Amino acid sequence: MAHLRPSTPLIRIFLLFVLLPHSSLTTAQAIDVADWSALEQQARGQTVYFNAWGGEPRINSYLNWVAQTLEQRFNITLQHVKVADTGETVSKIVAERTAGNDTNGSIDLLWINGENFAALKQNKLLFGPWAEEQPNFSLVNANRFPEMREDFTVPTDGLESPWTRSQLVFYHDSQWLAEPPQTIAAILDWSTFNPGEFTYPRPPAFLGSTFLKQAVLEISNNDPALFAPVTDDQFQRVTTELWDYLDALHPTLLRAGRYFPNSAAELRRLMGDGEISLALAFNPNEALLSVRTGELPDSVRTYVLQGGTIGNVSFLAIPYNAQHKAAAMITANFLLSIEAQARASNPNHMGSTTVISIEDLDVSARQQFEPVSTDLAAASPDELSRKLQEPHPSWTPALERAWIQRYSAR
Amino acid sequence: MLRWAGHSLIFLLAAPILLGTLIASLPAFGYFPPLGSSDFSLEAWRELFEVPGLTRSVLISLISGVLTPLISLALVFLYLASATGSKLDLWIRRLVSPLLSFPHAAAAFGLAFLIAPSGLLSRIISPELTGWERPPDILIVNDTWGLTLLFGLIVKEVPFLLLMSLAALPQLQPRHRIEVARTLGYRPTIAWLKVIAPSLYPLVRLPVIVVIVFASATVDVALILGPTLPPTLSVRVLSWFNDPDLNLRFLAAAGSLLQLGVSLIAVAIWLALEKFVGLLWRFWLAAGNLNTGEGLAFAIGRSAMPLVLVVIAGSILALLANAFAGPWRYPSALPSSWTIQHWANSLSDLSTPLFNTVLISVSSTLLALLLVVATLESERQSSKSKSTALWLLYLPLLIPQIVFLFGIIVLTEFVGWQANLSLVIFGHLLFVLPYVFLSLSEAYRQLDPRWTQVASTLGASQLKSFWRIRIPLLLAPCLTAVAIGMAISISLFLPTQLLGAGRITTITSEAVALTSGASRNLISVWAVVQLSLPILGFMMALLIPKFVWRNRSGMIDTR
Repeated sequence: MAHLRPSTPLIRIFLLFVLLPHSSLTTAQAIDVADWSALEQQARGQTVYFNAWGGEPRINSYLNWVAQTLEQRFNITLQHVKVADTGETVSKIVAERTAGNDTNGSIDLLWINGENFAALKQNKLLFGPWAEEQPNFSLVNANRFPEMREDFTVPTDGLESPWTRSQLVFYHDSQWLAEPPQTIAAILDWSTFNPGEFTYPRPPAFLGSTFLKQAVLEISNNDPALFAPVTDDQFQRVTTELWDYLDALHPTLLRAGRYFPNSAAELRRLMGDGEISLALAFNPNEALLSVRTGELPDSVRTYVLQGGTIGNVSFLAIPYNAQHKAAAMITANFLLSIEAQARASNPNHMGSTTVISIEDLDVSARQQFEPVSTDLAAASPDELSRKLQEPHPSWTPALERAWIQRYSAR
Repeated sequence: MLRWAGHSLIFLLAAPILLGTLIASLPAFGYFPPLGSSDFSLEAWRELFEVPGLTRSVLISLISGVLTPLISLALVFLYLASATGSKLDLWIRRLVSPLLSFPHAAAAFGLAFLIAPSGLLSRIISPELTGWERPPDILIVNDTWGLTLLFGLIVKEVPFLLLMSLAALPQLQPRHRIEVARTLGYRPTIAWLKVIAPSLYPLVRLPVIVVIVFASATVDVALILGPTLPPTLSVRVLSWFNDPDLNLRFLAAAGSLLQLGVSLIAVAIWLALEKFVGLLWRFWLAAGNLNTGEGLAFAIGRSAMPLVLVVIAGSILALLANAFAGPWRYPSALPSSWTIQHWANSLSDLSTPLFNTVLISVSSTLLALLLVVATLESERQSSKSKSTALWLLYLPLLIPQIVFLFGIIVLTEFVGWQANLSLVIFGHLLFVLPYVFLSLSEAYRQLDPRWTQVASTLGASQLKSFWRIRIPLLLAPCLTAVAIGMAISISLFLPTQLLGAGRITTITSEAVALTSGASRNLISVWAVVQLSLPILGFMMALLIPKFVWRNRSGMIDTR
């Protein structure tokens, strides 16, 4: 090494980076997740960087309200870091670990579920367990609703706190389509006679992947193999009919299946422009809210397939290297409170579905939640009670990859 | 005094990019300790070449990488040949800078709404002319072979190459050359192509190469206009990087090196093409035919540029209409009502990103200007020929962003920097600097050295002749460079998002976040804000010299 003098700036900089010890500048305070009042003390004055999908203006303004409330009550500054894709956040956490940054992570809280959670949990990149220690956790009644402890069949093990419920719904423009198909099989029959009236987002866009999962659940009659980690054999067996179905469906789709929209928003625009008359969404209130803003015509109606549709819960998690874990937990607990959940489920604000078990609440608490919508554009609660469970998260990337393999290069 | 601005500075800027690329590309060869892989292997490459439709993705990237600069440059040259000095030309010169500043993503979004089957054009002619009560089911946007992508890129790059040509032209003293050619009997268009084009091309060669790399590696335009089955290589690489399945990181790293290779191959094809065309030109020059083809060249040059302008204007109009539109059902040519509701909804969200955008673009551009002028001045004073090290400045434009940005993040983590404003400004500087250099260097180098020599003979020091002679003479190019730099900074997304850890929001980063969920109206609001900012910069670049030189008409004349 002696003959290699670090004379050029390039080498000098390189050495600077390589030789610099991986120092952690601040020592994290000890966290006792069971001692909630101590946490509140610790959290004072902290800033929570909350990485959450920023594509929906209604969610963004709801989080603005949350930030104001947290500031007043807990002296916590909540900063919504708007991401286009939760995968980016996972990337970021990995990059930090790559650099050996194990204590000063830039993300304190993230909105997550499914394969993103599975990946982080498997690689031990999450802090916890903490979620079941939250005072408000009991409100979700996890004993009655096991999905509060299970994320796409993977046990949450207290690493994430429930935030909202979602369910796959279909919506149709009754001006062009009066009686929409009620099953996955019926969609093919209808589309064969009405080509170009339907399409779905291109996997791995999550709504597109959800459509695949819905189709495979229905076609395979809820095959039990779908709820266990995927294997090659099972995948072959369970999905053969799915590919036959899609092979037949795609030529009947919008643009004869040579194009698929990028996202749920693009799909909604196609409906608003009258390009299609049947579409799908993962927020049961999406069509209702879009009719109110004029983005969709008021002839749009929402419904759930006859045999039920996939429903899931999305969660909040804390990265293992988060800098402000105490404040992140206080924030999650507040987001799970009756007050925050009631506002989130109000169609005038965020318009999501609450994770709180409303039937377990006393009358006065129950009244904080909006009564069930009777709007024509909304799906009825009866329909929404027909829920299917998410398959094991390993099926999602397997289905996505197989779809890309088969259809992305035609 | 200016020595510091020399090589070490360039290395300082190039080092993070080279190191970043190195670190980020290690996973392509299996080395990625955080995922428990520290053995070198070629597994990722094997996997990459098994990706379905990879050939198609690569082909589309290559096609847009070569055809975009080819067609754009041909249009620009034919236009300059046929229209220089005309009334049309005066108009277009005024418009070109603001048009250039139209951010790519906003332009693509506007264009998509203009030409889609349910878009503005279709609405205007329906149902009266077409009988369409509902949009026709034809594949225009996101077409399989990327023709719309190519179209969108050409529309965006023509103003860029035109501006770069206009900046370089004055040094060639085109008027005198044309006059000489005309006295020999050549018609004006042919005269331009024969005597100006061969000398102008070397001056715009670097911008052309930048266009090649951009067109072959663009992410945002390809996401909106490009094919989806399969998408371009760059879009696929980004999706692998963002995949929650961390094992795809290896594939992403290999893919981004392939992207680098594809961009380089596109450049190589261009260089071969250049030789071939150069040969043809020499035959054509020697052949001495006076006017063959003049009519055609004239017709294309005169009509293509207005067409490009109409398309851009149409896209802006489409965005404006959507930003103020109430419900707007197909096939109505106009919305059923107009509203400012979309603006009212966004107003409270606009202020912080707006402030950040201005702060970041102004500081990164001024820093860049300082560095570029210092580098150019030191280069001139040492009176050496162009330093080859200056090529390093263009690294950020020649290496796909996603690759080295990921590596830079790892580097900043090593030194324990948290995401902050200065880091984002530095990241912007990396991209702004080459553009400022690109737009300023030729004008600076080509400035007649006799001006300074005269100043020296009159006893002025280097410093004095710099401030009193060179800077005033170069005021207009400097301001144009600043406006371009700011426009580039304003349109940057990945550096803001990655280096700011998403905490520092700009108009562009917010707009991109919204495209995945918001309504067309709201996206249009942000796009309109995004495109009006750089226009302000260009207007200042245009008006300041007019004001300063209001008594020196010769200083403004660019013909």
